[in-house]
Amino acid sequence: MKFYFVEYFILFTYIIISFILACIISLLSYLLTTKKEDPEKTSAYECGFNPFDDTRTTFDVKFYLVAILFFNFCLEISFLFPWSIVLGNISYFGFVAIILFLFILTIGFIYEWKKGALNW
Amino acid sequence: MESFILLFTNDKLLIFNFIIILLFIKSLSYIIPLIIAIAYLTLIERKIIGSIQKRKGPNIVGIFGLLQPIADGLKLLLKETSLPNSANIFIFIIAPILTFFLALCAWAIMPFNEINFYSNLNIGILYLLAISSLGVYGIIISGWASNSKYAFLGGLRSAAQIISYEVSIGLIIINVLLCSGTLNLKEIVLAQQNIWYIFPLFPLFLMFFISSLAETNRSPFDLPEAEAELVAGYNVEYSAMGFALFFLGEYTNIILISAVSTILFLAGWLPPFDIFLFNWIPNSIWFGFKTIIILVLFIWVRAAFPRYRYDQLIQLGWKIFLPLSLAWLMLTSGILLSYDGFPN
Repeated sequence: MKFYFVEYFILFTYIIISFILACIISLLSYLLTTKKEDPEKTSAYECGFNPFDDTRTTFDVKFYLVAILFFNFCLEISFLFPWSIVLGNISYFGFVAIILFLFILTIGFIYEWKKGALNW
Repeated sequence: MESFILLFTNDKLLIFNFIIILLFIKSLSYIIPLIIAIAYLTLIERKIIGSIQKRKGPNIVGIFGLLQPIADGLKLLLKETSLPNSANIFIFIIAPILTFFLALCAWAIMPFNEINFYSNLNIGILYLLAISSLGVYGIIISGWASNSKYAFLGGLRSAAQIISYEVSIGLIIINVLLCSGTLNLKEIVLAQQNIWYIFPLFPLFLMFFISSLAETNRSPFDLPEAEAELVAGYNVEYSAMGFALFFLGEYTNIILISAVSTILFLAGWLPPFDIFLFNWIPNSIWFGFKTIIILVLFIWVRAAFPRYRYDQLIQLGWKIFLPLSLAWLMLTSGILLSYDGFPN
């Protein structure tokens, strides 16, 4: 019990080291090279044209829709993770409970499908 | 390890420092071979695709082109880094660092054989999923920060694609968890001593492989980088090391997901039959061998298939893989429940 968090501490050191390494690699390219600024070089790339207008205007709402759908199903999966580990212990009660949950979710999914949220 | 150090000294601070230095060396002994593996993956990819297309591939630098990756790396290191004047400089610089850092992070829990791992986390699979979900941020930040239309569209596409397939990957992983009854990667492998999960769960393995192609933005799902329409996708504005870090991160993720599917379906380091000749080969060699088979599949798919259309890609993810993996989840849990096949 004393060393319960030892694995997490080891993991933490690894994370710190890999972050430092990524920073060093990125920094090297600024230290080793000479920079020659040029307005043509630093303007946004648009196949040789000058950029027409700002990029940050509107974009298709479907991307947003996909993100919302992902949110639903990701939550569902995070419910299923602990369930999948302990299903042997909770047996039929746990199974039926999750079936009900998935059933409700599937109804929502069919509704989205029929509404055309998944059509591009 | 602690008791060994206690033989020499009792000073707590000294012991702590010593352990930190050991961990530093150990983590470098994971990261440096990993970077070399990425370098040679790019070479083997060019070689295999060259052979498939009846070309020779790189063969000028060194014998058989063996020094080509090093030459490429040095070239990228010595190129000028240009920062676009319309970009948000700080997050523009952070994005490739984040991508590479997250790609390295996930390797901390990978068990190469029964005793060789960096951290034997008891929630390994959850950690993997968490890190791979964070990977989207690097891409979407770079697309946004570049302030260029191609980068923006590429970033959006890439993010939508990755999160779509993450759902089915999660559901497939839950099937494996049901069979193995643990979140620890090492124990998942050890649970496959009797039968590899690829045999009972073969359709899931296929779905996992296809989803992982989409998850790592590989062809035939490399729409964020569709050269014909988006030039290079989210990393179009990056030059020199910024680009190299994205590239390294991407290939690290490819090796990672091959290693993960080896662990989940191909029984990691376990030899195919428990006989003397197979046991004589070191376990980590088996692990590497299986991972390389999946990597070659990745490359082969790139050479063989044309690119998907974006609407087909999203519909494949949501309308086919998601219902199928949900159905398989019900099937697996139902069979395990009715035949009382749970591991614990």
